[in-house]
Amino acid sequence: MIPLSYYLLLSGILFVCGVLGFLIKRNIITIFMSIELMLNGVNLSFVAFAAQWHALSGQVFVFFVMVVAAAEAAVGLAIIIAVYRTRETLNVDRVNLLKL
Amino acid sequence: MTPNPYLWLVPLLPLAGAAINGFFGRRSSKKAISTVALVFCGAAFAVALLIAWDFSSASAPYYFDLAHWLRSGSFQADFSFYLDQLSLVMLLVVTGVGFLIHIYSVGYMWDDDGYYRFMSYMNLFMFFMLTLVLAKNYLFMFIGWEGVGLASYLLIGYWFTKDSAAAAGKKAFIVNRIGDFGFLIALFLMIKHFGSLDFTRVFAAVQPLSPETAGSGLLTAIGLLLMVGAAGKSAQIPLYVWLPDAMEGPTPVSALIHAATMVTAGVYMVARSSVIFERAPMAMMVVAIIGTLTALFAATIGIAQTDIKKVLAYSTISQLGYMFMACGVGAFSAGIFHLMTHAFFKGLLFLAAGSVIHGIGGEQDMRKMGGLRTYMPWTFATMGIATLAIAGIPPFAGFWSKDEILWKAFGASWVYWLIGVITAFITSFYMFRLMYMTFGGDYRGAVVQQAHGHEVYGHGQGTGHGEPHESPGVMLGPLVILAVLSVVGGFVGYGNQFEHFLAPVFQGASAVAQETSREAGDSTLEYLLMAVSVSVAVLGWLLAHLLYSRRPELPKRIAASLDGLYQAVVNKYYIDELYAVLFVKPVIDGSTTILWHDIDQGVIDAAVNDSADAARHVSDNVRHMQSGNLRSYAGWIAAGGAVVIAYMVWMGVR
Repeated sequence: MIPLSYYLLLSGILFVCGVLGFLIKRNIITIFMSIELMLNGVNLSFVAFAAQWHALSGQVFVFFVMVVAAAEAAVGLAIIIAVYRTRETLNVDRVNLLKL
Repeated sequence: MTPNPYLWLVPLLPLAGAAINGFFGRRSSKKAISTVALVFCGAAFAVALLIAWDFSSASAPYYFDLAHWLRSGSFQADFSFYLDQLSLVMLLVVTGVGFLIHIYSVGYMWDDDGYYRFMSYMNLFMFFMLTLVLAKNYLFMFIGWEGVGLASYLLIGYWFTKDSAAAAGKKAFIVNRIGDFGFLIALFLMIKHFGSLDFTRVFAAVQPLSPETAGSGLLTAIGLLLMVGAAGKSAQIPLYVWLPDAMEGPTPVSALIHAATMVTAGVYMVARSSVIFERAPMAMMVVAIIGTLTALFAATIGIAQTDIKKVLAYSTISQLGYMFMACGVGAFSAGIFHLMTHAFFKGLLFLAAGSVIHGIGGEQDMRKMGGLRTYMPWTFATMGIATLAIAGIPPFAGFWSKDEILWKAFGASWVYWLIGVITAFITSFYMFRLMYMTFGGDYRGAVVQQAHGHEVYGHGQGTGHGEPHESPGVMLGPLVILAVLSVVGGFVGYGNQFEHFLAPVFQGASAVAQETSREAGDSTLEYLLMAVSVSVAVLGWLLAHLLYSRRPELPKRIAASLDGLYQAVVNKYYIDELYAVLFVKPVIDGSTTILWHDIDQGVIDAAVNDSADAARHVSDNVRHMQSGNLRSYAGWIAAGGAVVIAYMVWMGVR
């Protein structure tokens, strides 16, 4: 059996990758994908603990997160499309005004 | 105690007059204003006369409860009026002399722009003064006490566009506050120890106490504090400085408030509290000493004044000193007697001086008068009578009351008597000096003169005044009536009638009073002393005649030979300057540097301004966080998350 620490390490690496991508990347789509990466990093740690301790609640929680992430993706992509239509760019540094 | 349902009318009638004139006077004709002011004041006098007619010593004192006021636990102070022999005398003096002066004011102030304002204030003053006199408890009396102070302030500063008048009003008000402070503390002591401010209840509580021999204790403290209040209101050392300045007000005001009535309120209050004072010999002694010193001190200043009203002002202070001397030696009825006669002749002196000032176009400097006897014979005659009265020449009113005081003072100590006689000599001298300078010799003013800066607001301004002229009948009438009173007013004291009349009020006979009444049996001594005081009065007259009529060049030479002393007297012993250095300047400097600059600007303003500055400074820096840049927001979130995680890890390690 693979020890728990391996899963947690992978989970941490995924999360840090997400954070760094979120901070460094300028493209909104990439940033959005980084957010998904962070979410899934966390999900991984949830299921790892659930498997380790034989507790179902961790896995149930992951389903909730995935549902919310899906909803978020729907709204987020819609926003991104709206932003692109008005600004004709996906560079977040150009999107620094709340008003149009 | 008998109820008397008319008592409340006396003070409230002038209040109604004041209200009507104050609210509607601006749009009324001067005739209507005069009618309102005189009718309401005269009605008060008429009611007072009716009350006096019904007055019987058997059923006195009378009282009337108008309304509830303060009720807290067992303590209560109501709007209640109280009338005994003492307040009856005051009532008649205030309404009578007040009414005469109201009549006079109609003539004197007729041409003034603020006529309605003046009349309204005068009526207001009458209301407060009558409240003071008729109150049944100290707190209600204090309302009147403060109210007359207010009216005095308003009327001194009546010509408020003139800086000196406005300043004099403020000075009077502030100096009086110092006295009122003492009065208030005395009231607090009474509440604490007697649980009441009602005259009858306080005196009933004091009556069984024995005199405080050690010169310390509750009654002495109350007595001294009451004297502080009286010294403020009645212009005694050390709080007399406001009264000479108060002459900035119109002359009828000087006559009514600063000679006849308000300034005697202190004497009235001390006499009213006689039960307390008689059980505090130390306080009595202080009253007597202050009165005696003030009498002499003010009289000496009066010698060298050249402003006709200032002479009379110092004379008033000096005469008030006599009254306090009388109260201090336990001769309260003599003090009240002198209060009454003084109201007649000093009111008359001021009104006559006003007539002179009116007649020569606002000039107050006696050096520019002279020879007015031919121009204004009535004024001369009446003022002459008043002068004889104040100098103590028999049989005029002042002789009776002053002699009574000196006789009682002699019973207490010959020192009081001696100073009193010296003061009587000086009084006689400066009053006849005033007469000779004003009415004797030749007219020294320019016949067609420019308006002078004193009392020109209203008449003769800038237009030259022409020859001196006699005043109109409306002004002469009161002069004549007061002159008659100055002649006959003293006879009420004949055979100690006045004293017997007041005796029930001052029943709590003290050791001091008994002593004097024992000596009063020695009539040879009494006549001897009387002869001495009359002869010094005549001497003063002769000296004034010599210096200011026969050899008018002499005073200058005497003044030159006594240069230092003369300068000190002319400058009123530099007391105003001394007070300025000792009290006024430290207060102003302290307020400016400590209170204003250090505390107000340095602490309060600084706290407000600095906190605003700090908020702006912080937000100036913090607002850069909100750049609108999405990635910098993300950075802040990440940094915040990192801090939270670091904190939790650190906490976990611990």
